[in-house]
Amino acid sequence: MSSDVRFTDFKSDKQPTWCPGCGDFGTMNGMMKALAETGNDPDNTFVVAGIGCSGKIGTYMHSYALHGVHGRALPVGTGVKMARPDIEVMVAGGDGDGYSIGAGHFVHAVRRNVDMTYVVMDNRIYGLTKGQASPTSREDFETSTTPEGPKQPPVNPHALALASGATFIAQSFSSDALRHQEIIQQAVEHDGFGFVNVYSPCVTFNDVDTYDYFRDSLVDLAEADHDPTDYDAAKDVILDSDKEYQGVIYRDDESVPYHEQHGVDENMSDIPDGAPENATDLVREFY
Amino acid sequence: MAADFNWAVGGEAGDGIDSTGKIFAQALSRSGRHVFTSKDFASRIRGGYTAYKVRTSVDKVQSVVDRLDVLIALTPRTIEENLEELHEGSVIIYDGERTTMQNVEIPEGMIGIDVPLKRLAEEAGGAIMRNVVALGAACEVAEFPIENLDSALEKRFGDKGQKLVDNNKEAARAGQSYVAEEYDADFEYDLETTDEDYVLLNGDEAIGMGAIAAGCRFYSGYPITPATDVMTYLTGRLERYGGHVVQAEDELSAINMALGAARGGARAMTATSGPGIDLMTETFGLVATSETPLVICNVMRSGPSTGMPTKQEQGDLNHMLYGGHGEVPRFVLAPTTVAECFWKTVEAFNLAEKYQLPVYLTADLSMAVTEQTFAPDTFDMDEVEVDRGFVVDDASVEEHLSESGGFMPHELTDDGISPRAFPGTVDGAHMSTGLEHDEQGRRTEDTEMRVEQVDKRNRKVESAREREDWSPREFGDADAENLVITWGSNEGALAEALDLLEADDVDIRVLSVPYVFPRPDLSDAVAAAENVIVVECNETGQFANLVEHDVLERVDRINKYDGVRFKADELAREIGEALETGTEATQ
Repeated sequence: MSSDVRFTDFKSDKQPTWCPGCGDFGTMNGMMKALAETGNDPDNTFVVAGIGCSGKIGTYMHSYALHGVHGRALPVGTGVKMARPDIEVMVAGGDGDGYSIGAGHFVHAVRRNVDMTYVVMDNRIYGLTKGQASPTSREDFETSTTPEGPKQPPVNPHALALASGATFIAQSFSSDALRHQEIIQQAVEHDGFGFVNVYSPCVTFNDVDTYDYFRDSLVDLAEADHDPTDYDAAKDVILDSDKEYQGVIYRDDESVPYHEQHGVDENMSDIPDGAPENATDLVREFY
Repeated sequence: MAADFNWAVGGEAGDGIDSTGKIFAQALSRSGRHVFTSKDFASRIRGGYTAYKVRTSVDKVQSVVDRLDVLIALTPRTIEENLEELHEGSVIIYDGERTTMQNVEIPEGMIGIDVPLKRLAEEAGGAIMRNVVALGAACEVAEFPIENLDSALEKRFGDKGQKLVDNNKEAARAGQSYVAEEYDADFEYDLETTDEDYVLLNGDEAIGMGAIAAGCRFYSGYPITPATDVMTYLTGRLERYGGHVVQAEDELSAINMALGAARGGARAMTATSGPGIDLMTETFGLVATSETPLVICNVMRSGPSTGMPTKQEQGDLNHMLYGGHGEVPRFVLAPTTVAECFWKTVEAFNLAEKYQLPVYLTADLSMAVTEQTFAPDTFDMDEVEVDRGFVVDDASVEEHLSESGGFMPHELTDDGISPRAFPGTVDGAHMSTGLEHDEQGRRTEDTEMRVEQVDKRNRKVESAREREDWSPREFGDADAENLVITWGSNEGALAEALDLLEADDVDIRVLSVPYVFPRPDLSDAVAAAENVIVVECNETGQFANLVEHDVLERVDRINKYDGVRFKADELAREIGEALETGTEATQ
């Protein structure tokens, strides 16, 4: 790990094809800065990306990376981290990837509390397929596949995380660059599963959840006398459907990450060129 | 060949049938006898019946047969279920004091041995030991030295305290002396013992042990019959060797976790059965096109859908060969014996890493649950070689950087094999993706690069064909005009069927194929034979179709898809019949 890593080292030579003004630019910048600030470099970082506009992030960042199957980014990140506890793992995807097709994995990744960071670029719309309702779309949000709105309540990802036993739950806004970076950084530094939902507006297909909307409505928990280690206070914030928040909502300082719980601390890429020592003991067990 | 002895214990699920059978199998193995076991989960009448069967001989045994010499029947149904296999002189041990067994009728010509199992067990310390009383009775009937049973009881109960071991030994002796005193007869069986040392294990365990031997460090799976034993075996043991087992939330997650671990540089594996393979197929293409080494173990069971979860079938071959959209190479290995499950697992890891692709390692239910004896040096750990293929380190990485300085995990090479850099390798950072990509792993839709990458991936197959040994296992008469081809777990039954046919002066050459893709060229063998029969446990003849495709000639087929594996004598009959009627091209 070199001390002179700059966040631009995490940039690949591919120019993003996101729409001009897309929230994902800001989201990615914050991720790269947070990684650099926490002493990581591209060669010891693994980014797992899902499918969707947000999933392209793996291509635009420079690090070890896997751009996987829709909805399965978290299991991949889990496998990387278990095999390589020495590597910084960051998983990134969208609201569709994380809360629709990948919702089952989200619950279990939260439960496992593997020491990695999960960044969800939440624009409350399916952008890459040109504007259909997402699991976080508002109940009355009209789209080509939901002409009268989904008529079902949006998923509350923070509530889902809290109910699944999360140890770190946060919300940021891609346009508030400093706060966004700070929050991601805290997630990276958290000993366990650091979950950050990022409001990352879609300027092309979502004319409701816009930059202006978030700018006007966001309450910053850092300025609201909120104690993230207070479970009940966190619950109140999460279940408050009248306001939008940003900041660290919940943090369990007693969090014991998976690798400590299970004693998984070896670099598994390092193996001998024959059977392991004492492998014959395995045969003897069958006498 | 010395006489074999066929024994079974049967009752209802929950009667402790499995552990009772295992103890007896263990006792036989420890006495220096060969053992081959099978399990019945028959549901011909109604649910609930289960049996553990043991075939034993001082010679190697590698199949089940249609014969039962001694049966411990805990329920009347156990007798009904086995009527076809029981014969004149067969001994049936039962507890006539058990309410359901009071009016049981011993079929004519068979010998009923009524032992108060429960009462004798209670006298020895607890009713729970009634099956052990029955084992003692069986020892007396078979003239099998009871000290061998002691040894198996110590292994089974040793960690639960000496008192429990002693009680069990006493229970066994109670059964033994009861038969000796009440039934003063010679039952014509005399199970001799030898000084040979054997180990006793099943296919799932052999796969698990092979994985550890090969340096597998990461296993993720979701429980499913009949692959669960692979996971159960590895749990705790893999950790002892620096690895980890994770129970995933589903098979989608299991294969993705294994993929992640493999990208991290670990040797990783997942195991499942048909329904799980269906789910894993979603990620299969990603594994293959990102050129990630991964061993996917498929312990086949009867399909489609939930099918018959506890029944035998080899029906997933087409799925493994062709499953998933698009076209991308994968290897398919099918170990043909329990011992080969170990060695083919080691080989699967080496092939996966040398050629950087997913390898299906496929066993099936009958092999997975069969306990079989082997000389311990069958699993000589010094023979295990680990070949990680083309991996670069901090020093050699620079030879594989693009002009712009990016590492090239999909570098276009003559043999199709590109360098791998594990995370942490300085300057090795790169992208892996399910999108078509350039040499650096970056998305591309460039028509030339697309063709070059497809060709490169396929060149790996050609390289593997040239460099590796894909020979089938061969036995029988090499010059015989009758050629029988099989794949996977039918080898044992076929080997014994061969002996039976030879006794009838029918000469046969057998090719048992452990490699489905790439696979051996069987053209010459087929051309040299007068009659060619492909034996497999499915209806459509999936392997036979491949043979026909390869050799451009029709072959005969023997297919079994009733959920039960081939038995040696049954198979000998079928082959004999097929040959007598001549060859009829099966359309």
